[in-house]
Amino acid sequence: MNRPHRGAAGSRGLGTMEVKSKFGAEFRRFSLERSKPGKFEEFYGLLQHVHKIPNVDVLVGYTDIHGDLLPINNDDNYHKAVSTANPLLRIFIQRKEDADYSAFGTDTMTRKKNVLTNVLRPDNHKKKPHIVISMPQDFRPVSSIIDVDILPETHRRVRLYKYGTDKPLGFYIRDGSSVRVTPHGLEKVPGIFISRLVPGGLAQSTGLLAVNDEVLEVNGIEVSGKSLDQVTDMMIANSRNLIITVRPANQRNNVVRNSRNSGSSGQSTESSLPSSMPNILANFLQGEEESDEEDIVIEDSGEPQQIPKAAPASLESLTQTDLLHEPTQNGFLPSSQVSLNHSACSVCVEYEAQDSDPKSLEEDGTIITL
Amino acid sequence: QTVEHGFPHQPSALGYSPFLHLMAIGTRSGAIKLYGAPGVEFMGLHEENNTVMQIHFIPDQCQLVTLVDDNSLHLWSLKHHSGASELQEEHRFTLKGPPGSPPSATQITAVLPHSLREVLYLGTESGNIFVLELPSFRVLEDRTITSEAVLQWIPEDYCNRRSCELVEALQEHPKNPEQILIGYSRGLIVLWDRQNKKVTHHFLGSQQLENLYWQRDGSQFISCHYDGSYTQWPVSSDNRQSLPLETLVPYGPFPCKAISKIYWQTTRNGLPYIIFQGGMPRASYGDRHSISVIHGSQQTAFDFTSRVIDFFIIFSSEPTAEFDDPSAMVVLAEEELIVIDLKSDGWPAVHPPYLASLHCSAITCSHHVSNIPLKLWERIISAGNKQNVHYSNMPWPIDGGTNIAPDPPQRDLLLTGHEDGTVRFWDASGVCLHLLYKLSTVRVFLTDADPNDNMNATGEDEWPPLRKVGTFDPYSDDPRLGIQKIYLCKYSGYLAVAGTAGQVLVLELNDEDAEHVVDHAEADLLQDQEGYRWKGHEKLKTRDGPVQFEAGFQPFVLVQCQPPAVVTSLALHSEWKLVAFGTSHGFGLFDYQQKQLVFVKCTLHPSDQLALEGPLSRVKSLKKSLRQSFRRIRRSRVSSRKRRGRGGNTSEMHEANAKFDQDMLQEMELAPVQRKIEARSAEDSFTGFVRTLYFADTFLRDSSRHCPSLWAGTNGGTVYAFCLRVPPVERRMDEPVRAEQAKEIQLMHRAPVVGILVLDGHNIPLPEPLEVSHDLSKSPDMQGSHQLLVVSEEQFKVFTLPKVSSKLKLKLTALEGCRVRKVMVANFGSCKTDDYSENDLAVLTNLGDIQIISLPFLKLQIRYPCIRKEDVSGIASCVFTKYGQGFYLISPSEFERFSLSTKWLVEPRCVVDVPEVSSNNHMRDMSVVDNAARKS
Repeated sequence: MNRPHRGAAGSRGLGTMEVKSKFGAEFRRFSLERSKPGKFEEFYGLLQHVHKIPNVDVLVGYTDIHGDLLPINNDDNYHKAVSTANPLLRIFIQRKEDADYSAFGTDTMTRKKNVLTNVLRPDNHKKKPHIVISMPQDFRPVSSIIDVDILPETHRRVRLYKYGTDKPLGFYIRDGSSVRVTPHGLEKVPGIFISRLVPGGLAQSTGLLAVNDEVLEVNGIEVSGKSLDQVTDMMIANSRNLIITVRPANQRNNVVRNSRNSGSSGQSTESSLPSSMPNILANFLQGEEESDEEDIVIEDSGEPQQIPKAAPASLESLTQTDLLHEPTQNGFLPSSQVSLNHSACSVCVEYEAQDSDPKSLEEDGTIITL
Repeated sequence: QTVEHGFPHQPSALGYSPFLHLMAIGTRSGAIKLYGAPGVEFMGLHEENNTVMQIHFIPDQCQLVTLVDDNSLHLWSLKHHSGASELQEEHRFTLKGPPGSPPSATQITAVLPHSLREVLYLGTESGNIFVLELPSFRVLEDRTITSEAVLQWIPEDYCNRRSCELVEALQEHPKNPEQILIGYSRGLIVLWDRQNKKVTHHFLGSQQLENLYWQRDGSQFISCHYDGSYTQWPVSSDNRQSLPLETLVPYGPFPCKAISKIYWQTTRNGLPYIIFQGGMPRASYGDRHSISVIHGSQQTAFDFTSRVIDFFIIFSSEPTAEFDDPSAMVVLAEEELIVIDLKSDGWPAVHPPYLASLHCSAITCSHHVSNIPLKLWERIISAGNKQNVHYSNMPWPIDGGTNIAPDPPQRDLLLTGHEDGTVRFWDASGVCLHLLYKLSTVRVFLTDADPNDNMNATGEDEWPPLRKVGTFDPYSDDPRLGIQKIYLCKYSGYLAVAGTAGQVLVLELNDEDAEHVVDHAEADLLQDQEGYRWKGHEKLKTRDGPVQFEAGFQPFVLVQCQPPAVVTSLALHSEWKLVAFGTSHGFGLFDYQQKQLVFVKCTLHPSDQLALEGPLSRVKSLKKSLRQSFRRIRRSRVSSRKRRGRGGNTSEMHEANAKFDQDMLQEMELAPVQRKIEARSAEDSFTGFVRTLYFADTFLRDSSRHCPSLWAGTNGGTVYAFCLRVPPVERRMDEPVRAEQAKEIQLMHRAPVVGILVLDGHNIPLPEPLEVSHDLSKSPDMQGSHQLLVVSEEQFKVFTLPKVSSKLKLKLTALEGCRVRKVMVANFGSCKTDDYSENDLAVLTNLGDIQIISLPFLKLQIRYPCIRKEDVSGIASCVFTKYGQGFYLISPSEFERFSLSTKWLVEPRCVVDVPEVSSNNHMRDMSVVDNAARKS
């Protein structure tokens, strides 16, 4: 049933994108400008508005091209959702109180079907009790592999993010020696190595660092010629945003680039990464500068504040989404009837009968698995 | 690096040239230092860093020979170089015996530079004496005096028993350079004739020989022995085998320790001075380090605080003079140099102008004040002079060389705080670090040991007549008395000192003795924190009632922190009459005019339990862990020994040993040290530790009004700012000082704050209190906006004031991996023009580098490696001066001085001229060959 719509969207050019939002049994349809999706907060306000649930805390999720249900809770994943929606962005809204966190993650769509059918096969669902990893709204990067395009394949540059004090970085370094090829032949040179990972620490849980990995750089500064204590101090000084370049002890897990024989996941990254990576990176870099600067000053009033930069920077005032709302009946309206103040999207709201829901889901599922 | 101050660490040898009036001290680390008149200093270093065993000046030359413990000889000479003298190593030489001879054959035990300067006699363990040509260090084989050659002149019945054993002493006849007295270890002494190569006299001693000394006229000599006796022997031309004149055991009749060195000094009045080292009764005084002086009926055994390395007597060196007439005795003990005036009654000590024993009690902190006003300087000196009445007035007897360094441009004081609760004031203006005044804070407190109960109180009739000399006293009665922080206001003469048990004393300079009550206050830094238990030491008990103080700095206010933890920071503002102090628990402000506590602030994080336990428990755990690790090593050694227990011959054992050592090394390599990488969090221990306190008159609240303020920085990266209201001078006593917290800055990287500084509108650091009113500094610019510089161990940050917003920063640790240990603003003047100078930050890092960072733009200007990074105590002891110099401890007893400024350099510059030789017996220098030719 949405094929004609897609055709219509296509004929209007790439500018807009259909959004189908579901909250409980209610569906709303509207469209967004693909090039200017706006901020997550605005989108969240919009959703609350179109579902007429202005004061209800909800979790927002969407289905990606693999049919996985993924959360939308910040600008990054919102943009990703918008950029990868093809052709329709399916939004699922849950009340925060009765949210089913286990629903998020891999293969949700198929399990969703199972949920629907688990009256018939209850044992299937119980086989794997799901672990609650985290509140989806807390999703934030804890580590990343960066600069893969610059570094030699034998090296790995890992960024660890430290938030608050909840989880330790959790690794130890030691002195050691490594063999290098030099003009004079093989030479033993002193080096710094990871000696231990604390179970449950950030370093271990990322899986990107391992014992006996040689540390080559800390935040872009070579460690060669520096003592263990110096490197320790450098790492601690950079601990809030630590970028370490290592030569992994186990070189077998290296990604061999420029080859096509990687699995299906390789394809998916190829299709989705190019658009989103620069965006995310830019955000991270911004974050780095700020995370260092956030000294706090408490004036005599007693209210802690972050210390601003002395150079006056004009902060964009956060604007409240002011919605003009006009409900319409059945059918997609190509022209915008509702306009947002700052985000340039047009909205169309659609009421759909509840019974059509499983069918459309099934339809999407088949499309994706193709 | 310019000059070393203080007493050489681990001295091992002493030498003196009566010709040059220079003294030489060698150390266990291979350094050799020459001292003459104040300011005349030279230093040399043996490459191998081996212990210097003996030092001998070549008679009538600017040369000396050192014997090092690898059995090598080194020839050093003083050479003129661009107007000043320098000490240079010229030659080195190792004596080689005939092939196949045991190493003992050439192990040198005694050295005699002959007065004719062309040869050196070397006594060895084998009993042979080798002759070495100077300055070429060539062995003159044909002149070797073998023990066999000597023994053929000795009666059979004596030499049948044993061989000669090693050569203990070699002494040249004072009148006849052709005769040499040779003393062998087993007691045989012979007089050898150089020309005829034969023994002319022999003296059959029965006791093991220690040393020999000729009387001035050569008619007698004296030998001293292992059993604590000394013997006089006559030398007459008719009797070839003399019998002893007299043998004495001065501290008999019970067994005595050896007399290791003896002097016999003749005087005009006929009564000789007999001066000898050791000889104390073995059982009751065997542990004393003594030198006894006997002159007629006077006898004193000087009891030194540490082992005596060597000593010499300064006496008339004129060859024509009839008598020795000793004037002074110079004793090098392990920890100090003591000079005794032998001319004055009672033989008082002479106050040394250099080689001061900095570590007479361990140094716990130091503080440097530049450019002391003349008035304060004179008052401190006069107070010091009153303390030094028991010293001799004798001018310093070691007066060789001429100091040609320019006079110091200003008066600088270095204050050292010691473990025993004393503060010493040193004149640090020039090359010689000279003690001016000593302040003791002990009197304020009641301690276990009564200071009057000292060991000097020895009765008249006591035997042996011991007299304690020297100041070295490493044993502190009460470690709580230790001084941790010092602050001296050079304009007002107010001094604040703070100690280990949370005591803060404010002192005032008084030129008279006085007796008064010290006002006492307590500062409870834990205020509203409940449930903490201090496991450290107790606070010091104070003395009730008035206390007698001698002239000098006299305490009038005592603040005791509760809990009595070590005071970690201290600041005094003499204009506002406020003193601020901080410990690991918090900080407080005290008004010493009204003698009232203004406020206290607890900086403790609730989870920081470690801070409360006090330092002692942690020390214990360290000791324990050390002990455990030693035990582990020992156990592994023992087990490995068992394993190779059945090993046959020694070479196998050696092999196994070497293999074992290698295994140990490898084992050590296999389990290397590892370092935990963890971000600092608020819960880390000692975050509340107050690292720095700073008074500033600046714009804290708004940009229109400035007010006095107090800033405090903690180990956890927090900066507190308090706005102070100090009443105007006329109502200073009537209205209370008020304080209000205005700001609290939390640095997100949470590194310890080591420095806080406010820059005025012209980016110049605010002047010290009273500096402006004494017209010594321009008043700060109060129009432009002020800036706050916060230096943490990891970063430098500049914030605007009064609204705190970050303006600039320099990350140090994140880029270089080094951390700031010390920071100080230094004024760098140009050495070319007088009117240009700039203020920069002098920074010492944990790697021992010194970096200069410009203000206010925080640009790294230059970096010097200064202290070895392993030298933790050196780095911890470093102090910077206001004009770009600095001091740090290179050993417990020595300060190394360095200068970062081209304008202010303090280094020795001196000339040693070869004096005219007045005697006709001895020729002028340069004519060695002539001289030798004429003699032969």
